[in-house]
Amino acid sequence: MSVTRYHSQLRQSAAERRAETHPLTWRLRDDGARIGLDEYVDKDGYAAVREVLNRQSPDDVIATMKEANVRGRGGAGFSAGMKWSLTMKGPGIPRGYLVCNADEMEPGTFKDRLLLEQQPHLLIEGMILGAYANHSRYGYIFLRGEYVEAARAVQQALDEARGAGWLGDDIAGSGFDFDIALHTGAGRYICGEETALISSLEGKRANPRAKPPFPGQSGAWGKPTVVNNVETFCNAPAVMAHGAKWYQDLSGELSNDGGTKLFGVSGKVERTGLWELPIGTPGRELLERAGGLRDGKALKTWLPGGGSTGFLLPEHLDSALDFDTIGKLGSRLGTGLLTVVNEDQSVLSLVRNLEQFFARESCGWCTPCRDGLPWTVKLLQALERGEGERGDVELLDKLADDLGPGKTFCAHAPGAAMPLASALQYFRDEFERGVTHPPRTAHADPIPVGQI
Amino acid sequence: MNDTARTIASDGFVIEPEDRRAIEHERDHYEQPQAACIEALKIVQRRHGWVPDAAIPAIAEVLGVGPADVEGVATFYSLIFRQPVGRHVILVCDSSSCFLNDYEELRDALSAELGIGFGQTTADGRFTLLPVCCLGACDRGPALMIDDCTYGPVAPGDVADLLEGFA
Amino acid sequence: MATIHVDGQRYDVDGADNLLDACLSLGLDVPYFCWHPAMGSVGACRQCAVKQFKDEDDTRGKLVMSCMTPASDGSWISIDDDEAREFRASVVEWLMINHPHDCPVCEEGGHCHLQDMTVMTGHDRRRYRFRKRTHRNQYLGPFIAHEMNRCITCYRCVRFYRDYAGGTDLGAFGANDNIYFGRHQEGVLESPFAGNLTEVCPTGVFTDQTHSERYTRKWDLQFAPSLCHQCAVGCNISPGERYGDIRRIENRYHGEVNRYFLCDRGRFGYGYVNRDDRPRLPEWRSDRGDERVTLEVDAALDRGADRLRSARRVIGIGSPRASLESNHQLRALVGEGNFSTGIAAAEQRLLARMQTLNRECGLPTPTLRDVEHHDAVLILGEDLIASAARVALAVRQAAQARREALAAERGIPAWNDAAVRTLGQDRYHPVFIAYPTPTELDDIAEAGWTLAPDDIARLGFAVAHEIDPGAPAVDHLDAATREAARDIAARLLAAERPLVISGGSLGSEAIVEAAGNVARALARRARRGSLMLVRREANSTGLTLMGGAPLEWALDELESRRADAVVVLENDLYQRLPGARIESALEAAETVVVLDHQRTATWERAHLGLPAAAFTEADGTLVSLEGRAQRFFQVFDPAYMRPETRIRESWRWLHVLRADVLRHDVGDIALDAVTLDCARHYPDLAAIVDAAPGADYRVRGLKLAREPQRYSGRTAMRAHISVSEPRAPQDPDSAFTFSMEGYNGFDRPREEVAFAWAPGWNSPQAWNKFTDEVGGHLRAGDPGVRLLAPRPGGYRYTDVIPAAHRAAGDAWQVVRLPRLFGGDETSARAAPIQARADAPVVRLAVDDAARLGVSDGQPLRVAGEHGALVLPVRCEARWPAGTIGVPAGIGPWPAGGEAVSLAVAATQANEEGRA
Repeated sequence: MSVTRYHSQLRQSAAERRAETHPLTWRLRDDGARIGLDEYVDKDGYAAVREVLNRQSPDDVIATMKEANVRGRGGAGFSAGMKWSLTMKGPGIPRGYLVCNADEMEPGTFKDRLLLEQQPHLLIEGMILGAYANHSRYGYIFLRGEYVEAARAVQQALDEARGAGWLGDDIAGSGFDFDIALHTGAGRYICGEETALISSLEGKRANPRAKPPFPGQSGAWGKPTVVNNVETFCNAPAVMAHGAKWYQDLSGELSNDGGTKLFGVSGKVERTGLWELPIGTPGRELLERAGGLRDGKALKTWLPGGGSTGFLLPEHLDSALDFDTIGKLGSRLGTGLLTVVNEDQSVLSLVRNLEQFFARESCGWCTPCRDGLPWTVKLLQALERGEGERGDVELLDKLADDLGPGKTFCAHAPGAAMPLASALQYFRDEFERGVTHPPRTAHADPIPVGQI
Repeated sequence: MNDTARTIASDGFVIEPEDRRAIEHERDHYEQPQAACIEALKIVQRRHGWVPDAAIPAIAEVLGVGPADVEGVATFYSLIFRQPVGRHVILVCDSSSCFLNDYEELRDALSAELGIGFGQTTADGRFTLLPVCCLGACDRGPALMIDDCTYGPVAPGDVADLLEGFA
Repeated sequence: MATIHVDGQRYDVDGADNLLDACLSLGLDVPYFCWHPAMGSVGACRQCAVKQFKDEDDTRGKLVMSCMTPASDGSWISIDDDEAREFRASVVEWLMINHPHDCPVCEEGGHCHLQDMTVMTGHDRRRYRFRKRTHRNQYLGPFIAHEMNRCITCYRCVRFYRDYAGGTDLGAFGANDNIYFGRHQEGVLESPFAGNLTEVCPTGVFTDQTHSERYTRKWDLQFAPSLCHQCAVGCNISPGERYGDIRRIENRYHGEVNRYFLCDRGRFGYGYVNRDDRPRLPEWRSDRGDERVTLEVDAALDRGADRLRSARRVIGIGSPRASLESNHQLRALVGEGNFSTGIAAAEQRLLARMQTLNRECGLPTPTLRDVEHHDAVLILGEDLIASAARVALAVRQAAQARREALAAERGIPAWNDAAVRTLGQDRYHPVFIAYPTPTELDDIAEAGWTLAPDDIARLGFAVAHEIDPGAPAVDHLDAATREAARDIAARLLAAERPLVISGGSLGSEAIVEAAGNVARALARRARRGSLMLVRREANSTGLTLMGGAPLEWALDELESRRADAVVVLENDLYQRLPGARIESALEAAETVVVLDHQRTATWERAHLGLPAAAFTEADGTLVSLEGRAQRFFQVFDPAYMRPETRIRESWRWLHVLRADVLRHDVGDIALDAVTLDCARHYPDLAAIVDAAPGADYRVRGLKLAREPQRYSGRTAMRAHISVSEPRAPQDPDSAFTFSMEGYNGFDRPREEVAFAWAPGWNSPQAWNKFTDEVGGHLRAGDPGVRLLAPRPGGYRYTDVIPAAHRAAGDAWQVVRLPRLFGGDETSARAAPIQARADAPVVRLAVDDAARLGVSDGQPLRVAGEHGALVLPVRCEARWPAGTIGVPAGIGPWPAGGEAVSLAVAATQANEEGRA
């Protein structure tokens, strides 16, 4: 059979990856098999936990993480150390929860899958460090339901770690206790939003929650709760083992952000894939690693980090892929996995596809998202079919604006608005081509409604 | 909660003892029983293929929550099926990367091969076809998932061969 | 206090509020949907967006949801800002995308918050040109109709139903733009507060089904400020009438009593006033064997007066479901020594005892609103849902207020509803309940005990002793009860404001005394506690204050022929004492005059029946269980649409009857004179004249309108009777007109509001225009006057403590259980209540049932000294052994406390004891 089962694969060989430069992936094997406990421990695994839990205070961990400026790899880019410093701890405050967001569902994103399937112990080690820093009592790995292989790998690793005393009471003789349960989801992109994830963890509908209070004050079951992405946690052991300065130096001159990032490319390129590279690596290098576009096509546009980021143009390829630089371009780094669109492909159709996704995945809590996105989709479909009316493109402008940050309950609709707004900006002619007739008058104008 | 071996709801739905134990085991992982709701639905779904109406109050009873709580969750999540499904569920990734890799052709090929659209089940009860969020297989798009396995890339011409392996 | 600046104006507001609440309290219009004054903010609908500026100099600002933003000192905001206006217009446009164009056929139309907000935001044309999503509707029972296509997904329904009222069978289903609010399967909504969905829903998803068959727009209804007569809580209501029938009952805001919510008995139990078989003309027969004839008013009065004049002695039997004024006029007719309250002796003893306790135990009686501010509750012998449902809703809020306290510790404001619930989880202020069965408050209770009445009392006495060792100890107390008592006592003492709730529902004096001892003990330990005692009927408290002999005395007087005539006021005696007893007393009387608005068994025994006005056709004063005297006003003149009727207020009938008996000239009398006379006669009732403004009350020289200014069809509505429109009925009794002429505004404070309307505010949300602040008090003060103030008294602990309940072989102790639906004499005659009521059963402990060899559903015969009844049995896992539970509202017998025998019945006959 010509179709093969999907297996996550890094495009860098073992020879290329070293502990000093590839903190996330240096242990991975070329055959893509899971790194078991023994192999992980052989390769310095859990050394950071042993060291930190016995010799450092939780505040030390937070200080180091802050100094290293490990920014949230789920896409928002918020400093993990800062987040951890805001978690409520102390007398009268119950020990709370540490949750790993492994609900990878961002369109165009396939990075956490690699870490979960092939190196779950790194995640567990990172979570133990996080739990120590945040005084967490218990951890959950919130894994999307479709990641069946990852679930198997994580569960095995949890059992191994518990058996070896890395989870449970008195970890590494430090007196610190912490354990982790695997929680698998049942679909819905919105579960990736940290407060919706908490709702879902509690077995409820995954409606997000208003902030403040932040999860660090009142999260799962009202307890202080820390939610970080898989890749974020996976950075913690190396940061704690080698120090903040080492981490900062990994990206050298490329970026003010420190460390490495799992970058990737998908779309019609020669060699799609994943690479661990210093954060700030420009998009052009990624595209080169991917062998350029398939069939010699020209690049039309690209999304820097998933479906909820704004379109960028070929001219942006030399910019550093880090949170601030991409942010200044009017987009977001997001997950850092590039989606590439070639010259023949319709941005209008791609935007329609994206908005369909966001409309379907809306939790239905707030009005703009629940009712604004489906309208957006219908307008885009009309334009795609050449059935647009005059005013439709302007209406889309307005919708993109109304779905923006601060106007909706959570970041879901702003995430949907970003590709829409940027596509309307850069590829407006594609939209306008769909306008074929004047607006139909539904009724007399003006309607007498009186005054109050 | 009494310890009867089987939980029988008023309209006769039976949660098997093994499933009940599994649900209760899950319940212990969390501060509140409601948290095991999604897992409970999945456990029932594993046995029956889907979650029948009568299972809702039965699960509610095991968890000690209201049936509306369970139904609210069951109807929210896309991987909980509140309609009967085929023996194999095909989840076709319809997100951006697969879309750019001609997902629509794959979808049409599947529809043609099976004679059904999204949300439908073949007459022989073999397959149900559903769209799914980005499967995280973007480097090998277009991708799809059949039962517990993800495949990609799947060319339209591969569809017949691929489906043959599922009885 | 905080100073905020809104569109350049400076205002002082409560800094603990959110901006939306603050703006609405200032009278500024900001549109909203998901926020509700009683339920706080969740930020879902995004309709209340305003612009917030960093400071005075900031000109850019940013949009915020006013409901989710604290009204902190120095806030600068703009409601009028263009961006804010445009965004609000977008929000309502989105909400209207799927909303049908069915306002003309929608029963919410005309009092629809969505309509109001749509007009307020200026959305007047639909740009959405695609298909709307549609839903299927569900059958939700006899009270509520369901139309999901109208839903705008504000989530208020589930928030009220589940979070506020504790219901579990209404949920939000689905996701994205396909969200459905309903039950997991079709069926009756279980919550006894489901009716509030009709007001909580901002549009027409949940509407009043009892109104549906003969529907009238709000603007075409005639209203008056009224009082719910279906229990003793005294909820304020706004009944609406059209064509001589009451069409629906809506909540009337009272800042200290019901505020925004009613129970379903009160809202849907009005149907008895519309019954076709109501007496509408005087009915007469000389002898019981004769056919009844109808009479004109004068003839009826003359014959009645003749008979009463010739009688040796006339007994008057009053009623706890009639107004003070009517009871007073009856007493004036028969004389003080000949007046009975119409309440059975056992109940009257309890009522008197409760009155004494309220005054002398040292703890005050809380208002319903105040109940919500207590932080520990002990409930002895009451299932509040069954006996005073609205109180149960308040107790639920008291328990849930723990979350607000916890949230405050973390700086989370009380209005941030979802955050408060997340932090608080299921942590509640302690509520302890002792009752024979589990109750619907058990889900928030820290502990509940299912005990026989004597054991409930013993638990209470033991708690009192634990609080104050000076209170008498309970002999032979088992260890578990002692432990429980210790725990309850500790929790009550640890509370800032402990509340004791008890009452007469189980007919047990010991329970009431036990509650009194607990209250006294708390008072002696200087706690800011309260004592609430539940009475059964709308005016039980008032009749107790008025005084009079018990019903048995009246029957004795008749039976022994010490009296030969009786006048019965709005009271079906057969509901109170065994039929045989009533029968022989009425048989002995030469003359029986009955005034009622229902064709009761007592009415059927009358020589002269006088058609009395139901509460919707009368004015009068009631005293609620919190000792609040409140006035209810006539909604409509029954003779306007049915000129043939001769319905009069009972007090009016009795006034003219008395004049006729005394051969005085019959001059008419108005309510204020009767109320004043009543107040003068009974020192305890002296304050009732202040319960409401008199008939001479005017606003800007105007009387108050009963009809909205858009009231239509007045010239045509009687055309089938006569083409010439009569003058609108005149109302000598109150300051209200039977007309749209008169004051109906909100800008002049007034206590008595017939219907809430303000320009642009047609829905019940208009109440916010009448209050001093949102959720506060009516600006002119909340209606009514409290009569039961605590006073110094020589309260002493009771030391009569019953022995522990012991199952005694074949002698079963009867426990009568009140029922919300079907357990109240009048509302039980309303068809929707009959449809909603559970089939009556007798309750038995599982083990007892096994011993008797009966199983669920089998008929059981309960036979006592005075009668028997046969009902299917329900075996209860938690039910005190040796007792049998019988439902209230299916005749008076067997009575609570009585010892009865049980036998499995071959077939299910009915209540043999009644005949």
